[in-house]
Amino acid sequence: MKRRESTTYITKYAQQNPSIGEYVQQGGYHGLREALKLSPEKVRQVVLDSKLRGRGGAGFPTGKKWASLPPDAAEQGTILVCNADEGEPGTFKDRYIMERMPFLMLEGLVIAAYAVRAKKIYVYIRGEYPEIAEQLMTAVQAAEAKDYLGDKILGTDFSVSLEIRRGGGSYVVGDETALLSSLMGKRGYPWMKPPFPTEKGAWDLPTVVNNVETISCLPMILAGGADEFAAIGTDSSPGPKLFSISGAVQNPGVYEFPMGVTVWDVIKSAGGVRGNLKAVQIGGTAGPVYTEAALNYRLDYESMKKVGGSLGSGAIVVMDSKTNMAGVLEIIMRFFAEESCGQCFPCRYGTRQLAYMANKIAAGRGKSEYIPLMVETTEVMDAASFCPFGQSVSTPLRTLLEGFGDEIERFIREQEYVKEVV
Amino acid sequence: MARITIDGKKIQVEDGTRILEAADKAGIEIPTLCHHEDLTPAGTCGMCIVEIEGDPSYRRACMTPVQDGMKIRTSTRELRKIRRGLLELVLSAHPDDCLQCIRHGNCELQALAERFELRTLRYDQYTHGLPVDVTAHGVVRDMNKCIGCGRCVHVCEELQTVKAISFYGRGSDTIVSPGKDTDMGSSVCVNCGQCVAYCPVGALHEKEQIDDVWASIENPNLVVAAQIAPSVRVALGEEFGMKPGDLVIGKIYAALRRIGIDIVFDTNFSADLTIMEEGTEFLNLVEKGGPFPLITSCSPGWVKFGETYFPSLTDHISTCKSPQQMMGALIKSYYAETRGIDPEKIVSLSIMPCTAKKYEARRPEMRSSGYQDVDYVLTTRELARMIRQAGIDFSRLTEETADPLMSDYSGAATIFGATGGVMEAALRTAYELKTGERLDHVEFQPVRGLEGIKEAEIPVGGLSVRVAVAHGLSNARMLLEKVADEGKKGNSPYHFIEIMACRGGCIGGGGQPIDNSMRRREERIRGLYREDQDRSVRRSHENPEIQAIYEAYLGAPGSERAHHLLHTHYTRRDPYASVG
Repeated sequence: MKRRESTTYITKYAQQNPSIGEYVQQGGYHGLREALKLSPEKVRQVVLDSKLRGRGGAGFPTGKKWASLPPDAAEQGTILVCNADEGEPGTFKDRYIMERMPFLMLEGLVIAAYAVRAKKIYVYIRGEYPEIAEQLMTAVQAAEAKDYLGDKILGTDFSVSLEIRRGGGSYVVGDETALLSSLMGKRGYPWMKPPFPTEKGAWDLPTVVNNVETISCLPMILAGGADEFAAIGTDSSPGPKLFSISGAVQNPGVYEFPMGVTVWDVIKSAGGVRGNLKAVQIGGTAGPVYTEAALNYRLDYESMKKVGGSLGSGAIVVMDSKTNMAGVLEIIMRFFAEESCGQCFPCRYGTRQLAYMANKIAAGRGKSEYIPLMVETTEVMDAASFCPFGQSVSTPLRTLLEGFGDEIERFIREQEYVKEVV
Repeated sequence: MARITIDGKKIQVEDGTRILEAADKAGIEIPTLCHHEDLTPAGTCGMCIVEIEGDPSYRRACMTPVQDGMKIRTSTRELRKIRRGLLELVLSAHPDDCLQCIRHGNCELQALAERFELRTLRYDQYTHGLPVDVTAHGVVRDMNKCIGCGRCVHVCEELQTVKAISFYGRGSDTIVSPGKDTDMGSSVCVNCGQCVAYCPVGALHEKEQIDDVWASIENPNLVVAAQIAPSVRVALGEEFGMKPGDLVIGKIYAALRRIGIDIVFDTNFSADLTIMEEGTEFLNLVEKGGPFPLITSCSPGWVKFGETYFPSLTDHISTCKSPQQMMGALIKSYYAETRGIDPEKIVSLSIMPCTAKKYEARRPEMRSSGYQDVDYVLTTRELARMIRQAGIDFSRLTEETADPLMSDYSGAATIFGATGGVMEAALRTAYELKTGERLDHVEFQPVRGLEGIKEAEIPVGGLSVRVAVAHGLSNARMLLEKVADEGKKGNSPYHFIEIMACRGGCIGGGGQPIDNSMRRREERIRGLYREDQDRSVRRSHENPEIQAIYEAYLGAPGSERAHHLLHTHYTRRDPYASVG
């Protein structure tokens, strides 16, 4: 199959001061015009055929998610929710889209709303992004003024309204069920699926939750066709992907590549490693911490699964040789303890103890029995946590110990030795 | 029906049954710290995870419905290890003060720790280090002991719709709280104590007054006069190994005397008195043609709930005090005068199934004798503790009778403890006083039973009286929303409404023995109806001591003196007052 490489599809619309006129000049809203010529069913089919997978982390096929809506969803009053609660550490691609390409996202949202026959869109935006929420509001008004949003869009009978809701600042709310709890004004606790949000979501109505980047892929799919999109990237993970790269690289930032690009290619485009490479964490805080072996890994859903990880949000955190891995352990465990919602026991109590032990280790007051106890704790959390958050803590711990266990254990041992001497 | 295998045992259960219940039917008890059979499963604790053949993940037995052909294992080596690990995590955040804890010996966490042979704690031990919240009169909140199961929040939000408490904070700092910088005393908490009834540990409990009561008993200058509520007599036995519903009132009288109480009265007497006053209030309304409905006022949790959430309906709440407060006022007036005792030297003590009664006794209106009418309120559980402290073998006590003057009672009084009981008692008397006829059957089946809202039309003379009975404050809310809506249009769907704050009525009060499940509540209700059936007098107006008190002291129902001593008024409250 012919592959198209080294072209940008999303970031080509990036503007310093986004204006809707400029966006239209660049070819914006072509996708929406095409979509409105088709029936909603047909639009859903195009998206299904494109094999687009959710960019939020789980990689679930967007077309399939839409297809799981009950037949009478529109009559019940489908709600479309855009998950803009970008809380994953090292991830800032949704922010980049909202800041630089708000109209691409808004166009995608209207296409999605049309496809799932939603009359109401909520953008649930991370509470720590107040300026972006305001910028987005300005963009919404501009789109409404030009009939790209609101009543009778582009002169058709299709109308949809959009509301921006700011989050309360919890990581777990990135999970779609927890997000919907929070959207409804409740405490941001996840709920057990089923029922899936598409069956019974916000206010018990059928609800589709899609990530900002996922939504932003829709205009190009509708403008260029499903085949053209599917031809980008790999067979099972088609399309372009935004990668947030940070840490020990020359030029941290957001970089767009087709799915399946190697880690090294992304690092190279960020100007290469600052210093000597020691470790890379991919996919977010719950992702594995790899050794330099990761440089050859391909960044798509299937390839990452094969190496025991996941593409996640597309975050790449690069660590250089000066990094103390006991410190990395501490940062990661503290993150989980601070962000645990506290609903279920394994996570509420487990993350607290993991953070305590990691903190002691990093502070030079660790004990060698901490390591097996930490592993045992994550086993309990894997088995009994309520949502994926608590189950995911084991991955960074396990990979840190696999790749850097000797260093961490030596760190504990030598500290213990020093203490004995003193 | 679904055919499933649990731990090798094949059973058939109805489709949709959750694994935990199915296992229970198979005689297998899957451990849990958060789930309670009366509540919607929330799945917070994770103790109940099980293995299902062909499923790579563990599943929560409390939430997962069975499917035909399912093969479930509930106690593998791996599961036991995880459960013990989980318990170890929970205990690491729990204070090591079991011996001082109010729930010692009746704690679900303690029981599981014992069951899973938890002998060491390898984790860092910590607590929230928060002060114990003793600001409410009925319920104490000790967040250092909270394990975070969420039963109390569920009960308060969903079953009671009081919404006094919710989760606050995040992760391991999560606590149950009435709000930022708010305490229970200034919150909308109605002190119903249903959170206490479902708390698996000692995080929420009654505010004890045992020491004060001992001090009064031991003071030779004081006369301690006690009263016992209807529903205590069918529940206290549970604390001493007897069955729920066993009638132990004769033993309670004996135990109180053994403890050193000077005078033993019975709240059932003042329940009959309530019927006289409230029945008259109702019949007067009928004479005047309204305004309806009249709503009962026996349940102090409900009264505060009504004042808070339905301030527009406070004029409809009966002005009658609750039986506890009527008795309290009479102890320091009628009894004191009759026996020539200085009321200042009387300590009025009540034994109640209820934590809200502690709050009610301290309402500023409740001083019509010139003194605080009820000085101390002990819950059923506290009385049990006193009996044990006194070294009394309760089950071997010989039954005694209470002291005359204010202890005789009818069957109508005893059923006050069950939902629908006040209504039934009132109907018995109102019917006979209004029509002058004698009822062939005193039992009003439509107001009995555990349906959340019960409705009936009862012909009383020329009038077809529309009545409604609600128990549990969510049911009360539903009923009153209808009443308030219709009221705006100038209509009343009912003439007379009975509301009890707790599900099942007082027998399920927040002060009753724990386990306080609906199963037990049903047994207690049966016990009350049995006693009603066995009483020779079953109508409040036929209670000879009631007839005597009107003749000797009160005059007639609704008289000036009755009004002064036995009636009260209500305060409209702002639910957001404490939010500021």
